[in-house]
Amino acid sequence: MAFDYGRYIRPGKLPHIWCPGCSYGMVFKALLRAVDSQKIDRNDIALVSGIGCASRLPGYVDFNTLHTTHGRALAFATGIKMAKPDKHVMVVSGDGDATAIGGNHFIHACRRNIDITLLVFNNFIYGMTGGQYSPTTQTDRFATTMPYGNVDSPFNIPELAKGAGASFVARGTAYHAAALDKLIIEAMRHKGFSVLEIINACPTTFGRRNKFRSPTDMLLWMKDTFVPEEAFRKLPPEKTEGKLPMGILYRREDAKEYCETYYSLVERLRKQT
Amino acid sequence: MSRVLLLQGNEACAEGALYAGCTFFAGYPITPSTEVAEYLAKKLPQIGGAFLQMEDEIAAMAAVIGGSLAGRKALTATSGPGFSLKQENLGFAMLTEIPCVVVNVMRGGPSTGVPTGPGQSDIMQCRWGTHGDHPVICLTPAYVQEIFTETVRAFNLSEKYRTPVILAFDEIVGHMRERIEIPEPGALQVTGRPKPQCPPEEYLPYDDRKGDVPPMANFFEGYRFHVTGLNHGPDGFPVNASPRIHTDEQRLLRKVESNRAEIVRYEEHRLEDAEVAVFAYGVCGRSAKTAVETARAEGIRAGLFRPLTIWPFPEAQVASLSARVKKIVVPELSLGQIVHEVERCAKGRCPVEGIFRVDGDPITPAQIVDRIKEGR
Repeated sequence: MAFDYGRYIRPGKLPHIWCPGCSYGMVFKALLRAVDSQKIDRNDIALVSGIGCASRLPGYVDFNTLHTTHGRALAFATGIKMAKPDKHVMVVSGDGDATAIGGNHFIHACRRNIDITLLVFNNFIYGMTGGQYSPTTQTDRFATTMPYGNVDSPFNIPELAKGAGASFVARGTAYHAAALDKLIIEAMRHKGFSVLEIINACPTTFGRRNKFRSPTDMLLWMKDTFVPEEAFRKLPPEKTEGKLPMGILYRREDAKEYCETYYSLVERLRKQT
Repeated sequence: MSRVLLLQGNEACAEGALYAGCTFFAGYPITPSTEVAEYLAKKLPQIGGAFLQMEDEIAAMAAVIGGSLAGRKALTATSGPGFSLKQENLGFAMLTEIPCVVVNVMRGGPSTGVPTGPGQSDIMQCRWGTHGDHPVICLTPAYVQEIFTETVRAFNLSEKYRTPVILAFDEIVGHMRERIEIPEPGALQVTGRPKPQCPPEEYLPYDDRKGDVPPMANFFEGYRFHVTGLNHGPDGFPVNASPRIHTDEQRLLRKVESNRAEIVRYEEHRLEDAEVAVFAYGVCGRSAKTAVETARAEGIRAGLFRPLTIWPFPEAQVASLSARVKKIVVPELSLGQIVHEVERCAKGRCPVEGIFRVDGDPITPAQIVDRIKEGR
């Protein structure tokens, strides 16, 4: 039987705001399938976002949902998780939201290793404001604020997360949708801070300025560029040119989770008194 | 049994928060407010509360809102530049009507200013610091004991009216040690947020049909709802270009304005027959009280009006005062901020004279006495 997305969608809240050809709908569906497979009571999930196209996602889904200020979703989510450590807290964020204005919150959530699942929808551009370059826009790509080609160097989100101390780091793409379900599930199951970068297509503000003639071309670019991590490792160096690994890129099970550490301290103090 | 302690103002603030049932603090260290955080860092884990030192002031304000939405009474404390950083998410809490208490232990400014000296030049930032329109409740205690009781009151007002409440006191009272009495639990009233009585499927987080303060469910209580910093309808979902935006923002203002009788609190000292009134809050209120006594000893009929609630401004009280006295003297640790509010309410009925100082020292009683005498 086909998956019934309607069970999770808030009545009357569709159509969504995303443009035709945007891949966010595909990722949204993967998210619902993944959450459904975990059999978590929806009353026990909080879904938090910042500002931007991806950040409108929580409005459509019937959980406890919070649409915050630009870049601050992880800080709000940290408050929720510390207040109710036994609940599931997930964050959806865009590349600008997570790594530009929210860059500081991002690295500190990684360092803290708090049990929050972060999905970064990376479409390499500021979509909602009309196509300005972001910290993940590749060098030489075009944007309204880089009309002669981007002179900035991009962040590699998984590398940044790993360097900052995240204990689960993964990358998926909208094109590899079935694999994406599994990655979201793994990220949710991980006890600690999980970062999942999801490569997305913005045909409206990125694609048409960067020689992607159609939304399909953007998906095909994902197909050609992203290689499963295990296969990527076996490629000879000359064949990795222009390719990037996807899948679970880093996982550490021994890292102490923040709330657990804090509340075990609370337990210890209470036993003393 | 009540407890008698020798405490700093900042510590009394932390004790007030605990008395009010605060179990959540998120902050970022900044002088001269740090003792609030340090005190709670020690106490909160002992009672199962959450203490978070966040990466910056912006994150701290965000975490406080998240903690409150998940059902905790939540506090943050900061000073000047940190308070500026909090404005973004303070506005979020205003629009989304999430209770929390923000302490601003005021220092000099602008910018890094005088970190270890007192100031009152954030008083307009307390009122107008965020973008957009919204009401503000801001309390200005002047004594260590008063910081305790006003912190309890700040939580009560915050929960009752579903709004952030700012507690603004200056460095001197924040760091001053005084004897305080902490009443036994139950002696002071402690209020929680208005809770919904309806079944979850009927719950509207911004339903104003039964009053200006809609009942508030917390996350994870079975009432799944949406919270957004966009202007929203009764169901919490964004609305665009709707008459709802106008009426809803008026409602936000009204829920404070129409409850002035409960919110606006002040002390009147020897004003009954006063010819000259001093309008002063915080540490200036303390100097002014001594000045009034000195002037009285010299046969001058002086009196003090000391607001404990500076926002909403005690407009009616100041208007009536201005009709009774020959002049109002306004000492403040700024180059002239709250004096304009006094002038606005006096409407020319009497002269209003400011005494301003921003060098990190307090205004002395002698300075105020001189001004009381001037022109007599």
